[in-house]
Amino acid sequence: MYTQALNTSEADDRNIEDAARAAQFQARIDAEERIEPNDWMPSAYRKTLTRQISQHAHSEIVGMLPEGNWITRAPSLRRKAALLAKVQDECGHGLYLYAAAETLGASREELVDLMLSGKAKYSSIFNYPTLTWADIGVIGWLVDGAAIMNQIPLCRCSYGPYARAMIRVCKEESFHQRQGYEIMVTLARGSDEQKAMAQDALNRWWWPVLMMFGPPDNASQHSDTSTKWKIKRFSNDELRQKFVDATVPQAQYLGLSIPDPGMKQNPATGHWEYSDIDWDEFKQVLAGNGPCNRDRLAARRKAHDEGAWVREAAAAYAEKRKRRRAAA
Amino acid sequence: MATPNTPLWEVFIRSRNGLAHKHVGSLHAADATLALQAARDIYTRRGEGLSIWVVPSGAITASDPAEKGMMFEPAESKIYRHPTFYDVPEEVGHM
Repeated sequence: MYTQALNTSEADDRNIEDAARAAQFQARIDAEERIEPNDWMPSAYRKTLTRQISQHAHSEIVGMLPEGNWITRAPSLRRKAALLAKVQDECGHGLYLYAAAETLGASREELVDLMLSGKAKYSSIFNYPTLTWADIGVIGWLVDGAAIMNQIPLCRCSYGPYARAMIRVCKEESFHQRQGYEIMVTLARGSDEQKAMAQDALNRWWWPVLMMFGPPDNASQHSDTSTKWKIKRFSNDELRQKFVDATVPQAQYLGLSIPDPGMKQNPATGHWEYSDIDWDEFKQVLAGNGPCNRDRLAARRKAHDEGAWVREAAAAYAEKRKRRRAAA
Repeated sequence: MATPNTPLWEVFIRSRNGLAHKHVGSLHAADATLALQAARDIYTRRGEGLSIWVVPSGAITASDPAEKGMMFEPAESKIYRHPTFYDVPEEVGHM
């Protein structure tokens, strides 16, 4: 989902761990105990989680950009206030998640620098452009809908600080999805042009949203360990299917069609079966060749550089006050 | 150039219902004033609290989870500290 690029195996690290402690650790996981920052943990667990949580944080922060693009052009004050609040929430989510990642020993600055240098990944979905106002509706409805599908099981993830951060995030995501769907309902009930705009946005976002759940189960390298450690509780394909099944009736209500002519409901299982996903596109976007990869990183770097004087001034002021107190 | 480190603070919030301040998370800020403002923006966007404490993370002394057996042993063996340890005749009713 927001951490799709966890592609390397950590097998080598595991060999050198103290086997007895690792067994004890696994027993705690199996007993559904939460692992806390000062507890012993295998270094691969620490590494995997640091990467997963920080990628998730980067996704929240970069995720502000496609929507921020429409704040000044929202069609009414009500829509503008809601969108602004939503983008502020995304920032808050990024900050909860960075704090959770830091409990594993990484520093905030180190994590942020990894993102700015392009070494750390964020979700592929934020590398697509928001061309019309309807995109803001679709992002809330589908992108946040997919995120909720993925994040609810993370509330029971074995690592305490991550699970607690996800509980806060999930409480707030529900507003995001509802505001998006409300935009879609308004457009779907509007003029022919508005309906066409809604359909066009759905057409462009549908497949990238399905890709958010990550590679198919038979191609995912890191799922086994993550499942064993109860970081991941459902497979990519299971979550994707759940999402599709929940979304199809919502699209039907809007009178919009899912851009997948081959999609059909399996009468035996009730599941909506979708056509093959273009995984080459997914790989290209992750590799940095999506429509907006360069723009997104450039925008983050610009914001970071232009905020440097604020960080420096705050640090200088804190230092001056400390010196004065020491002198008094 | 790497970004210089900003101090870490732990945030505690007292919710509306009159309960004690409760730990909600942490944040980075250059000083206490900025930490309070950041805590308001990060942790109380929906009226979650009436009062915020921020504490430098380094000022917290924590017990060692590895020593929890020894640390909490004194309470483990004292079941007579719980009300259910005592038998009260049923006729007496709720007590």
